Amino acid sequence: MSFLTLKNITKSFGPNTVVRDFDLNVAPGEFVSFLGPSGCGKTTVLRMIAGFETPSSGSIHVGGTDVTALPASRRKIGMVFQAYALFPNMSVRDNVAFGLKIAGMPRAEIDTRVAEMLDLISLGSLADRYPYQMSGGQQQRVALARALAPRPNLLLLDEPLSALDAQIRTSLRDDIRRIQQELGITTVFVTHDQEEALSISDRVVVMHKGRADQIGTPAQIYNRPTTRFVADFVGKLNTFEARVESPQSIFFAGQNIHDPRHTDLTPGAPITVALRPEALSLRPRPGDDLSLPGRVLHSTFLGSVIRAQIEVAGQQVSVDMFNRADATLPVAGDMAEVWFTRGDVLVLPSVM
Amino acid sequence: MSRRFPILSALIALIGAAFFIVPLIATFNFSLRMKRGELSFEAYRSVFDSDVFLGVLGFSATASLMAILMGVLIVVPTAYWVRLRVPRARPVIEFLSLMPLIIPPVVLVFGYVRLYGSSSILPLTMTEAGTNVLLVIGYVVLSVPYMYRAVDNGMAAIDIATLTEAAESLGASRLRTIVFVIFPNIRSAIVSGAFLTFSISLGEFVITSLLNRPAFGPYLVQMGQDFAYQPAALAIMAFAFTWICMVLMEAFATRKPGQRLLPWRAPRSVTKAKS
Repeated sequence: MSFLTLKNITKSFGPNTVVRDFDLNVAPGEFVSFLGPSGCGKTTVLRMIAGFETPSSGSIHVGGTDVTALPASRRKIGMVFQAYALFPNMSVRDNVAFGLKIAGMPRAEIDTRVAEMLDLISLGSLADRYPYQMSGGQQQRVALARALAPRPNLLLLDEPLSALDAQIRTSLRDDIRRIQQELGITTVFVTHDQEEALSISDRVVVMHKGRADQIGTPAQIYNRPTTRFVADFVGKLNTFEARVESPQSIFFAGQNIHDPRHTDLTPGAPITVALRPEALSLRPRPGDDLSLPGRVLHSTFLGSVIRAQIEVAGQQVSVDMFNRADATLPVAGDMAEVWFTRGDVLVLPSVM
Repeated sequence: MSRRFPILSALIALIGAAFFIVPLIATFNFSLRMKRGELSFEAYRSVFDSDVFLGVLGFSATASLMAILMGVLIVVPTAYWVRLRVPRARPVIEFLSLMPLIIPPVVLVFGYVRLYGSSSILPLTMTEAGTNVLLVIGYVVLSVPYMYRAVDNGMAAIDIATLTEAAESLGASRLRTIVFVIFPNIRSAIVSGAFLTFSISLGEFVITSLLNRPAFGPYLVQMGQDFAYQPAALAIMAFAFTWICMVLMEAFATRKPGQRLLPWRAPRSVTKAKS
């Protein structure tokens, strides 16, 4: 069952098409993130859901109702902006009460609801402050409470954490997820930060040049990217040019690798094979069944991680290993074996 | 190397200040000498004694207030709409708003008289009320450069587009957004524009005189021709009034929400965060 349905959305500004053939079904209570670089169209899609932009073609349904032509003020959505957008002339209390007053709720009910919302974001003590008297993190929590107070159908978050510093960002991220799950509200979150998207979402939509490149759970997106772009954008990647040898095996970095997962590939076709740095190790771990010979170029000690650059079959490969007390830094110039398992090999379409 | 005292700069500044202050002091001093051999406020008393003075001041103040009201109703929605919908047209609108500074008021008022004269389909100058309407419109035109700039700067200081979207997402119509969100946030800018409009309109001479209205500007000129001490007193009062306007403007412009207007009173107490 789908609560928010985007069907065949296209959006053009003059000659520029910024969103193409965008389809998405969001289940009730689901938390979906749009992840992509700036200019990929993620914010435009969010603004079309909000009603600030009208799609050039396609339709948007919320809870079974077609809202494509409805103005933003009648869509019953809660929106949180990157720049907080609290009303500077109103106290925290009045900001949160704004949507309720507009809806014509009786005074006593407004007071109860506002108190409830301020409790939810644990800022009850700051109810009489004005936005300019608060930190960015506090303002954004108020913005969240303001968006949620009128019990909207949808919560839309437009890069709400981008303007905050690292520590606040993480704690507010966890708060957003907790509140979202408590209220069970269907939520769409826009971000360019992959860690944010992967950590907070039920599903992630990776967007590229106006299209949804891949839609999947954070684990699917990270572990099984289906396009070259997704693989490159989410996490670090070592890529190799490769060739399909037979339906059962692929050839790369001077080796034939038996890989029963990709039987549908045509023999002889050029493909790309990728390995995450953290999937590689210079020492065989239990389960590691494949290795490539190489030479250490240099290595870096990063505290929890040791990062080594290894030259394998004429190209540079990054290897990330967890630091342990007995770990030694690989020495530049030494020969090394790069170990991994068959299941860690990502096969990507060659041309994207 | 220690910095030497900038003698030359200080001297220029002093000469500049003297250029403004000496005539002011001289005028003030002169205005106090109506009674021979002593300093008194006799000239001021005689100005206030005159019924004509209070009459023209009341007329001018009313016309100025009407001009402020009309200016705000025209300029605020325009500036808002331009910023929100056609930001690219902003330089054009800004240029248009400066036109009243380029076209002399005398040209403007002759245009009015010809356009709305006895042979016009809208003969505004044929009635007292119609002429008053023309006068107010003239004041609005003269003050548009200042009002538009003040309001537009006020809107630049807040993120109009995002605040509008925030209000809309909470269910507010465009009108409610303007009334509850935009207007209160540019109130200080509007007040600045209003004071500027007021001080321009109150002493305006050209349009007022050519439309033959019983207002403060022509009265001031008439007094200057007929009397010696009273015009000096009037000039000082007009000057003081302008300064009061500036001070009030400053007070409104720097006020933050939740603060009292008068800064030396204690601001509303704020409970500290416990977390």
